[in-house]
Amino acid sequence: MTRVMIPSQLTAYTAGATRVEASGATVGAVLADLDRRYPGLRFRVIDEQDRVRKHMRLFVGQAETRSVAQALGPGDELLIFGALSGG
Amino acid sequence: MTEAIQLLVGTRKGAWIYRSDAQRRTWSVQGPMFLGSIVNHLVLDPRDGRTLLMAASTGHLGPTIFRSMDDGETWAEAKTPPAFPKSDDPRARSVDHSFWLEPGHASEPGVWWAGVSPPGLFESRDGGATWASIAGFNDHSNYWDWCPPEAGTPDGSLLNQVVIDPRDAAHMYVATSSAGVFETTDRGATWRPLNQNVRCDFLPDPYPEYGQDAHYIALAPSNPDRLWQQNHCGVYRLDRPGERWERIGEAMPKEVGDIGFTVVPHPRCADTAWVWPMDGTDVWPRTSPGGRPAAYRTRDAGKSWERQDAGLPAEQAWITVKRQAFCGDRCDPVGLYFGATNGEIWMSEEGENWRQIAGRLPEIYSVVAAPIA
Repeated sequence: MTRVMIPSQLTAYTAGATRVEASGATVGAVLADLDRRYPGLRFRVIDEQDRVRKHMRLFVGQAETRSVAQALGPGDELLIFGALSGG
Repeated sequence: MTEAIQLLVGTRKGAWIYRSDAQRRTWSVQGPMFLGSIVNHLVLDPRDGRTLLMAASTGHLGPTIFRSMDDGETWAEAKTPPAFPKSDDPRARSVDHSFWLEPGHASEPGVWWAGVSPPGLFESRDGGATWASIAGFNDHSNYWDWCPPEAGTPDGSLLNQVVIDPRDAAHMYVATSSAGVFETTDRGATWRPLNQNVRCDFLPDPYPEYGQDAHYIALAPSNPDRLWQQNHCGVYRLDRPGERWERIGEAMPKEVGDIGFTVVPHPRCADTAWVWPMDGTDVWPRTSPGGRPAAYRTRDAGKSWERQDAGLPAEQAWITVKRQAFCGDRCDPVGLYFGATNGEIWMSEEGENWRQIAGRLPEIYSVVAAPIA
């Protein structure tokens, strides 16, 4: 299982939880698993071409990724952030 | 005869609903709903009088559609919001935001249409729960000529409107910001441009087959063969089966011009409509000309226009009324409503004696008037 940090913009989907767990060998698989438990969450983060939305940022540990194909290893943590998007 | 009205208000930072008494004199407010979300359109289904659909996104999160069946108290998210088909094309599109929501024809309960940015048309057949891409437009062989990526308006190119002929569910028009108006007579399977004599000040050919920026189109409810258009380059009228638009905005006062975002036809008189002019000179401030907001009404199909500004600020009011933020109800006398970029909502009867009914809202994107069931 991968620990996932949920930003405030998405806690409406997770009943307020900011830390959840999901399974999957890639960022995309983890997000798909999250979407099964929290329907609608994935599309708010990843568009229909599997691109990370412009004002969302994903990190595996300390390393930013823009790819849903990014592999996740044992113990990796996926952090989802809402970036800066204007006033 | 008047009746209680609800105003469905979408703003840059959430949605509100204002409800009136039967005389439209006093108003109560519900909201904010989805505070912080960008709400481009909030629409009531006239076929059942209770289904509300909302086009929403946020600065961070992708676009979605919410539905309420209890007057906005609770909302459910679409299972599959509008999304373009997955593609390996380097120009592969993703929906940035849904802009326009249109209830389907009266004979098709549960059908809704959505116009999105970048320009795209989507249909739901289950009351807004799931949405499908309309290949006849979105995958048309001329799509990239009609909707080139570089033709973006400030917030992105739009398929900004869907209009359905009340006599024929298969006959529809769409308006776009990159290619003008299109018509289908086979329920979206095929489309053709409908832009004859509509000017393009911003292209080498000033009267192209397509390329226009159709800010807003409307059918006259009492004569669906009459179309009104507020274009980036003037106010037009088209009487079908004619194909050639007539620039009726030439009759507007020269110091005001005929640039604006929107036009509202009268519900019972096909010769009457209102426009809301904005400043389209030099660098296009898009504010009220001279800082003096006003509606202009024609009662002779565009041959002449009269200014209607009673009650509105007489000076230093640099507001903008966006394309979805001016509307009318079906009452007699007609209630007209506009929401402005400064967060104020105003109303009048037939354009006379404007009065403010709300203020201090975020920038208003849309105002829709509907009867309270």
